[in-house]
Amino acid sequence: MTWSATARGAHQPDNTAFTQQRLPAWQPLLSASITLPLFFCAGLAFIGLGLGLYYSSNGIVELEHDYTGDAGSSNCSVCAAEGQGRAPPPPCSCAWYFSLHELFPGPVYLYYELSSFYQNNRRYGVSRDDAQLSGLPSALRQPANECAPYQRSATGLPIAPCGAIANSLFNDTFSLWHQHQPAGPYVEVPLDRAAIAWWTDYHVKFRNPPLVNGSLALAFRGTAPPPNWPRPVYELSADPNNTGFVNQDFVVWMRTAALPTFRKLYARIRQGDYSAGLPRGAYRVNISYNYPVRAFGGHKLLIFSNISWMGGKNPFLGIAYLVVGALCILVGFAMLVVYIRYQDQTDDDDDDE
Amino acid sequence: MSVSEIPHENRQNGGEKRYLKANHEQVSVFFEYPNNTIKTSKYNAFNFLPLNLFEQFQRLANAYFLILLFLQLIPQISSLPWYTTVIPLVVVLSITGVKDAIDDMKRHQNDNQVNNRSVLRLVKGRMEEDKWMNVQVGDIIKLENDQPVTADMLLLSSSEPYSLAYVETADLDGETNLKVKQAITCTSDMKDNLDLLSAFDGEVTCELPNNKLHRFTGILSYKGKDYFLDHDKLLLRGCVIRNTDWCYGLVIYTGPDTKLMQNSGKYTFKQTHVDRLMNILVLWIFLFLIVMCLMLAIGHGIWENKIGYYFQIFLPWENYVSSSFVSSLFIFWSYFIVLNTMVPISLYVSVELIRLGNSYYINWDQKMFYAPKNTPAQARTTTLNEELGQVKYVFSDKTGTLTQNIMIFHKCSINGTLYGDVIDKTGEKVAVSEKDKIDFAYNKLADPKFSFYDKTLVEAVTKGDPWVHLFFLSLSLCHTVMSEEKVEGELVYQAQSPDEGALVTAARNFGFVFRSRTSETITVVEMGETRVYQLLAILDFNNVRKRMSVIVRTPENRVMLFCKGADTIICELLHPACISLCDVTLEHLDDFASEGLRTLMVAYRELDNKFFRTWSVKHGEACLSLDNREKKLSIVYEEVEKDLMLLGATAIEDKLQDGVPETVMTLSKAKIKIWVLTGDKQETAVNIAYSCNIFEDEMDEVFTVKGKDSETVRQELRKARSKMKPDSLLDSDPVNIFLAKKHKALFTMPEEAHALEGDVELELLRVACMCKGVICCRMTPLQKAQVVELVKRYKKVVTLAIGDGANDVSMIKAAHIGVGISGQEGMQAMLNSDFAFSQFYYLQRLILVHGRWSYNRMCKFLSYFFYKNFAFTLVHFWYAFFNGFSAQTVYDNWFITCYNLIYTSLPVLGMSLFDQDVNDTWSLCFPELYEPGQLNLYFNKKEFMKCLIHGIYSSLVLFFIPMGAVYNSERSDGKEISDYQSFSLIVQTSLIWVVTTQIALKITYWTVISHFFIWGSLGIYFCLLFLLYSDGLCQMFPNVFQFPGVARNTLNQPQMWLSIVLIVVLCMLPVIGYQFLKPLFWPVSVDKILKRIHYCMKHPLPPPIRPRRRRPGLRRSAYAFSHQHGFGALITSGKTVKSKALKKNSFPAKK
Repeated sequence: MTWSATARGAHQPDNTAFTQQRLPAWQPLLSASITLPLFFCAGLAFIGLGLGLYYSSNGIVELEHDYTGDAGSSNCSVCAAEGQGRAPPPPCSCAWYFSLHELFPGPVYLYYELSSFYQNNRRYGVSRDDAQLSGLPSALRQPANECAPYQRSATGLPIAPCGAIANSLFNDTFSLWHQHQPAGPYVEVPLDRAAIAWWTDYHVKFRNPPLVNGSLALAFRGTAPPPNWPRPVYELSADPNNTGFVNQDFVVWMRTAALPTFRKLYARIRQGDYSAGLPRGAYRVNISYNYPVRAFGGHKLLIFSNISWMGGKNPFLGIAYLVVGALCILVGFAMLVVYIRYQDQTDDDDDDE
Repeated sequence: MSVSEIPHENRQNGGEKRYLKANHEQVSVFFEYPNNTIKTSKYNAFNFLPLNLFEQFQRLANAYFLILLFLQLIPQISSLPWYTTVIPLVVVLSITGVKDAIDDMKRHQNDNQVNNRSVLRLVKGRMEEDKWMNVQVGDIIKLENDQPVTADMLLLSSSEPYSLAYVETADLDGETNLKVKQAITCTSDMKDNLDLLSAFDGEVTCELPNNKLHRFTGILSYKGKDYFLDHDKLLLRGCVIRNTDWCYGLVIYTGPDTKLMQNSGKYTFKQTHVDRLMNILVLWIFLFLIVMCLMLAIGHGIWENKIGYYFQIFLPWENYVSSSFVSSLFIFWSYFIVLNTMVPISLYVSVELIRLGNSYYINWDQKMFYAPKNTPAQARTTTLNEELGQVKYVFSDKTGTLTQNIMIFHKCSINGTLYGDVIDKTGEKVAVSEKDKIDFAYNKLADPKFSFYDKTLVEAVTKGDPWVHLFFLSLSLCHTVMSEEKVEGELVYQAQSPDEGALVTAARNFGFVFRSRTSETITVVEMGETRVYQLLAILDFNNVRKRMSVIVRTPENRVMLFCKGADTIICELLHPACISLCDVTLEHLDDFASEGLRTLMVAYRELDNKFFRTWSVKHGEACLSLDNREKKLSIVYEEVEKDLMLLGATAIEDKLQDGVPETVMTLSKAKIKIWVLTGDKQETAVNIAYSCNIFEDEMDEVFTVKGKDSETVRQELRKARSKMKPDSLLDSDPVNIFLAKKHKALFTMPEEAHALEGDVELELLRVACMCKGVICCRMTPLQKAQVVELVKRYKKVVTLAIGDGANDVSMIKAAHIGVGISGQEGMQAMLNSDFAFSQFYYLQRLILVHGRWSYNRMCKFLSYFFYKNFAFTLVHFWYAFFNGFSAQTVYDNWFITCYNLIYTSLPVLGMSLFDQDVNDTWSLCFPELYEPGQLNLYFNKKEFMKCLIHGIYSSLVLFFIPMGAVYNSERSDGKEISDYQSFSLIVQTSLIWVVTTQIALKITYWTVISHFFIWGSLGIYFCLLFLLYSDGLCQMFPNVFQFPGVARNTLNQPQMWLSIVLIVVLCMLPVIGYQFLKPLFWPVSVDKILKRIHYCMKHPLPPPIRPRRRRPGLRRSAYAFSHQHGFGALITSGKTVKSKALKKNSFPAKK
């Protein structure tokens, strides 16, 4: 056979810790002296953390208003009724009046919230062309197949930006007016709408195609806007840094939500007199009501909110921490009892042997 | 002869016969007989890729992923990009492919080496050296001494008288004694005359190639005469020519047609229990997957109907979707793709890698390396490791496995005096050491390897004690050994059984050297003086007589009968004068028996001339009678074998392999049942069973079942069963009656295996399983396999067969695990085994250490592996309820691609290669630790369900905690965090933490490598995260890497880390609690042992447990003699005695 003629000891296996499975090792044991304190410590830590989270979340002020316009709920119901069954719905305006009896501490953020809007539907989510959005000229003319049916317009022109996400861009606009004195004039509150998108999205992921003769419009020549859009993409804003694919609203919208109910940042209020928050008084939000959601049972909400160190108002984490902490301690006690009882038993068994 | 002359009836190659003609190549070409090339390899360079891929895709899992790949290419249902499946599949296929290629290369090398050996072949009247592979059917080839036989061939002539050729068939059937083959006279006359041989044109018609080693029929037609051929004339490939200077043969079967290759035949693919379980589980998972897909498809249908239909203003249906029903048909397949990771793609390849690694540990184990023979243990099959941890039944061969098949003359009792123990002045027995060995220098013809320690015997011999002289004289005369003396003074004995060899060698060393024999004489050198005894008769051994005698005429013209045999027999034949001596001797025999020695009584009788002459006439008549010859002979023998004078008794040690009794004891503590299956006789087997602890004296009683027909066997079995457990006869068929009572059973298989027929076999199994020790004697190789199959069929437990010879091959192949003892003569057992090593006692290490570790590791691996994939995949299921059942994945595609392959593969591999709950010393100290494996406690369907539930729980936590944390929430700068990509990142990062901590909890043995793998994997995850989400990659391939900046934007958010901590704690605490409470609520015996071990580990090691010395108990006869039918007839007929060779070899000085 193979080893008959070889020198003595040639087949002697190596005597190393690895081959002999004698590697030095740490052999931890989950004994009672580790497990039980672990439960109690985890429980206490969680309760402490949970309390902190709960109170910081509770300290956040939120003011929200559903302006979908279900019959009789607000004056937007007129717009809602008008838009019923018409696509695109006619331009319409409505307003939301509210008053603050004390200062709404700033900085205040204005969000819009959509519900039952399935941005996380797979077919919706893939209906985009990231190559096109990153400004690749070739992709501008040749949108990806995933964009269908918003890949090409009826005339055969490539749609820019293509896809269902872009086509469904949220197009309600809001303006906030403040009445300092009762019956006084409404003063427009400045809304800071810059930098509402992620830095990386605005600077890396979304790029305009290279300008042609210094003009963005020419760069987009030969493309069609999405069917729902009243204007082409290069006219989204007058600001050259905020138009085309790098329009902040557009970029925010294109970051699709994980859940069917979601909020998106519309503006920050942090300028002028309002840097400390919204002072008391009456307010009016002018809404240009364009976006149809009633057809599929969706809702549109406007939210004013401020923010803590751990983000927006969300009591979930605090409560979850409290519950888990309490559970840990309870289970810890139960285990302690069980351990003491059964420990005696096993000791007895050992003695019996 | 041209082809047209071939007899018509032989033209059909597919017929019943094989036809060939010597020295006619055309015949071989015409019938397309293969040449002598053997091919065990599977692939060559060109067909490797297609063939290997084809084989790999025959595996269910691989085929599944291939189908999945095709599904993914259909854009309408593709919910994942193609690379999520292709990359893992390619990796898996290439790992397996590389392994197969390496294996096949080794086979190619072996084939080449064998095919290129050279042999002398007769070509055009000259002998030419040629390669083995060029040998054709009909060729005449020449073989020389010690050469292996090239192909199956008909012996034509040889150098030895009567055209005998001696072959060793160890490689073929494991028997180490030489076999004699004899050529037929018409061909033997050709001798080595090349002209005659070239002119030889005999035609052979014989049976088609088959695998029956001991059967061959054929007809040689030569010069118009037909000669009958049987297997005594056939030299088989695999044999080695011995004691024969040269021989010529006619090749009959070549290459794949040879009996050796026909026997090695097809390799039966062995699957482990875990394999089978795994296949079932994969099927379950598959069904579970289908059910989930169905549920989700239904959900999708409802959703599209209720919501999706109206949502069409923003997301119109595809043009091929006409209704929500059609849409849900598509979504079914989309979810099939999304949830495919339920069936773990890397499961099979990981399992293979783990087994390979654990096999290497066996190869590397120094404690299983046998230095004297330079043989390491070998895991020849790398797919059975964890099965080693579940063995319940061990079937062992006896000779060569439990014993070394070395017989040593250990003690003797001569005329009432016991010799052999070294006794000091106080009368205590002293342990002997090598240096106390007696120096036999005074005897020039002594065998230097012989050792004996009791000086009193030598003194008795040198003093000239007549009884001692007579005793040794009888040993040197009464046998059928043949001697060979190639160099003056260096005698080599060819004994048919090692017992005889030992006795004759003992006589030789004490000065009664058997030097040579002819058919009529025996030459003995008695204390330096050469005397020739006339051999008058050999009354040969058989199993009924249990004795053999010789009648010789001494040089003084006295007629003496020397007899040796079983004590029970000889005692009855003794002359009344030696009754008192007999009593003393019997006492000595009891001593011998209790030490497990094999005993024989030696007696003699002086015959007076007249009596002998009349007896001789009767003997002659009996010899010549045609009917009832056996019976008549034994009557005649009995007439002369009486009134014997007792000389003494011999005690031969059938040397056990090292550590056999200890190993047997350890294994039986591990609740492993050991059955000895031997071809040997009952007495021998029982003897060994006692000496190696399979039978213990404190066991209740021995049931001996040796019925001659099935009815008596059944009766005996029923009787035995009713004795052990009277009520067990009532419950009709459950086989699994377990009885703790200590019984031992003994089955002697009669020639026709009645005990293995139909319903008797069940009865046999029931009885045997109640017994503590079981021995089956007189088993043919086939019966051995049948017994193994029997247990396998009815008991559903893992069986292991261990053996060393070719007669064990069938059993080794039949058992779940076959172990071969290597390094002995004969490779056949080893070549068919799954594991091979050279000492029986390595078995305990193989099973209790390597087997147990492998099993534990495999179980841990499987439960973790299934868990991690459930936790990973089921999150998609929960997400479906929030995304309109649209087959949206929770994770980034790259995460799905890398999860099994990169992020979680190394820690689990590390665990299943390095983990050990207790080290090898403890495993051997507490064989009870082995029990969970036998009961398959660590991974079974119940454990799998636990994994599933655990996975479902983890996936729930993994989905809903992040969901709650980001629901309508924002980052601390007011920007989004509830977007899809951030959510993905939170879930997948949490998942990685959860599965990593989970495995950290599972690992009990943290080596540096484990630390490296675990923390390394986490590190790799974060590194890859930043790489895959980096700006550069995304700008280059915006559509492939769609997550730029997500890592940077989200990893710094408190929600993210708070979620992770919460998830990890929520996932771990129940596990820790369960691990903590389980031994308290449901304690298993293993827990207690582990507790004790952990306690002991903090304290110094206990003294190793010494096996108790077995106390001699019952009186029993230890007669044993591994003797079949003797050479006696051959010797007296003079056939095998080389009269010429005798003159040439035995007395070269006188030449």
